[in-house]
Amino acid sequence: MASPVVEASELTKVYNGATAVDRLSLQIGEGEIFGFLGPNGAGKTTTILMLLGLTEPTSGVARVYGHDSAREPMKVKRVTGYLPENVGFYEDLTARQNLAYIARLNGISGKEARQKIEGALDAVGLSEVASKEVGKFSKGMKQRLGIADVLIKNPRLVIMDEPTTGIDPAGVTHILDLIVNMAKQQGITIMLSSHLLYQVQKICDRVGIIAQGRLVAEGSIQDLGRRMTSEGQNVIEVEVDRLSSGLMESVGRVAGVKNVDSVGSLLTIRSDRDVRAGVSKAIVESGALTLGMKSHDYALEEIYLKYFTEV
Amino acid sequence: MGAIYWKELEDHFASWRYLVLVILVCFVSIFAVWVASQTIIDNVRSYPTESVFLRIFVTGKGSLPPFFEFVMRWFGPLIGILLGFDAINSERSRGTLSRILSQPVYRDAVINGKFLAGLTVIAVMMGAIIVLVSALGLIQTGITPSSAEVARLVCFYLISVVYIGFWLALGMLFSVLFRSTIFSALVPLALWLFFAVFMVMIAGAVADWKEPINSDSQASDLVHNINLERQVKRISPLGLSWEASRFVLDPEQRTSDLAEPGEMVESQAFGTPPTVSLRQSITLVWPHIVVLVGLIGICFAASYIRFVKEEIRAT
Repeated sequence: MASPVVEASELTKVYNGATAVDRLSLQIGEGEIFGFLGPNGAGKTTTILMLLGLTEPTSGVARVYGHDSAREPMKVKRVTGYLPENVGFYEDLTARQNLAYIARLNGISGKEARQKIEGALDAVGLSEVASKEVGKFSKGMKQRLGIADVLIKNPRLVIMDEPTTGIDPAGVTHILDLIVNMAKQQGITIMLSSHLLYQVQKICDRVGIIAQGRLVAEGSIQDLGRRMTSEGQNVIEVEVDRLSSGLMESVGRVAGVKNVDSVGSLLTIRSDRDVRAGVSKAIVESGALTLGMKSHDYALEEIYLKYFTEV
Repeated sequence: MGAIYWKELEDHFASWRYLVLVILVCFVSIFAVWVASQTIIDNVRSYPTESVFLRIFVTGKGSLPPFFEFVMRWFGPLIGILLGFDAINSERSRGTLSRILSQPVYRDAVINGKFLAGLTVIAVMMGAIIVLVSALGLIQTGITPSSAEVARLVCFYLISVVYIGFWLALGMLFSVLFRSTIFSALVPLALWLFFAVFMVMIAGAVADWKEPINSDSQASDLVHNINLERQVKRISPLGLSWEASRFVLDPEQRTSDLAEPGEMVESQAFGTPPTVSLRQSITLVWPHIVVLVGLIGICFAASYIRFVKEEIRAT
């Protein structure tokens, strides 16, 4: 990975004796969408705040584009857009006025600011309600306005904290599309935290799983699945033309098979290695025919549960 | 900081609070002029003075306080606290604080911008109210101010802005300290009540305890008693600014403490009361102003330390 955009090394945060983040190290490369996953209270937000320089790490270093977040927060903030969880706006101002304020805080004014604001509102589909007070917006609209808000400053990195929490499914899809567009069309590096794996797995290039302040796994979703398979949890589903107790027994005797279940004509076989060849043979030998066989992909939920319960 | 200043200023002028304050301003002005015009003519007749116009600001009647006291004791603290008490913690509870702080702005710029915006509102409001009272007084009494009186009014204006600025800084300090806006409003209000009501009682009690007066007290005992009471009152910012504005508005106030009976100036016994020049009045109130500015400094320093060091936390 050529000079990472985000680099955390041994990042630790202790609040009154309780360790919120424990020697966390991670790297995010240019243009990546990195999913930072973990249950509530795992230390996701604390890590993000340390990356942004809003919270000082107890020990360890966070760097964004090579700038130490604790020492040079200004340089970090200039290139980083941050969308906090439960993003708040000035409710009595319109969407446009809210964005104008952020533009001014970033030193953008006049025509350039107007163009940026209209562009950002257009990108998130809020142009038509731009003159409405934000107080009248739905949660999903506010979240989209939050995305417009981070786009104003032309960020190179965007960090989003739980961008999809509390939003209806259609809204979630919309927001995820926006995030993908930011990454693919504008080349913005994105880090998003979430406890909702299903929602974000589709768009993440890589994920890191954090539990109790520690990064317990890191890699693409497939990588994580494969790692579990190699650790001895393999599931295949086999559909046969007819099911008999003899067949169940002979499948159960195949080397490596740990457990066989059946529902109708569907067998679910758990094993500690790849047993597909042995199982097909056993089925044929017991006089039945295999109609279909499917190696069960590890659902993210299982990955998630595994890593969360492991700690 | 400029962006924050203008945004806050816009907010202030557009808010319901500002409307409330404007109504209050009108009410106070009319009230003050009415009080003054009720008594001022008789008062001047029986007690001639060089600065008649300023009497509009320092004349009360019975339980109705004079204008300057009204500003210092009631109106000023109220404005200051109202403008400052939720400056920071409302941003926190709305969730806008972390968004603002993730922009490339220094944290002290947030406090500075908000304070200066509040101070601007105070300055505009006090300017308006003094001009309004002067104008109404002019119409009511037909007395025109001399240039010296105008200069004294300007001094009073500056003192009042600094003083209300202190309450603003205090309100903002509590908005940094407390997360709940109810708390951050109540605590400075309680302090105000303490200074406005209880401090007067405490000052009297302390004076009577240390320098008791009874039926066979000498005049000098009385002077000691009064002086001690004044000194205790000066502990409170309210007492300080009250005294300071009285000194600049009333040229007959010559010393901060009463003189011993033997030192009484002869001229006090006859004819027109002796007055002091504006320069002398300013010399008299200079320590008061320095202390008030110092108090603002303390509030500010405390807010800075707390706010800049404070970590934005995961909720």
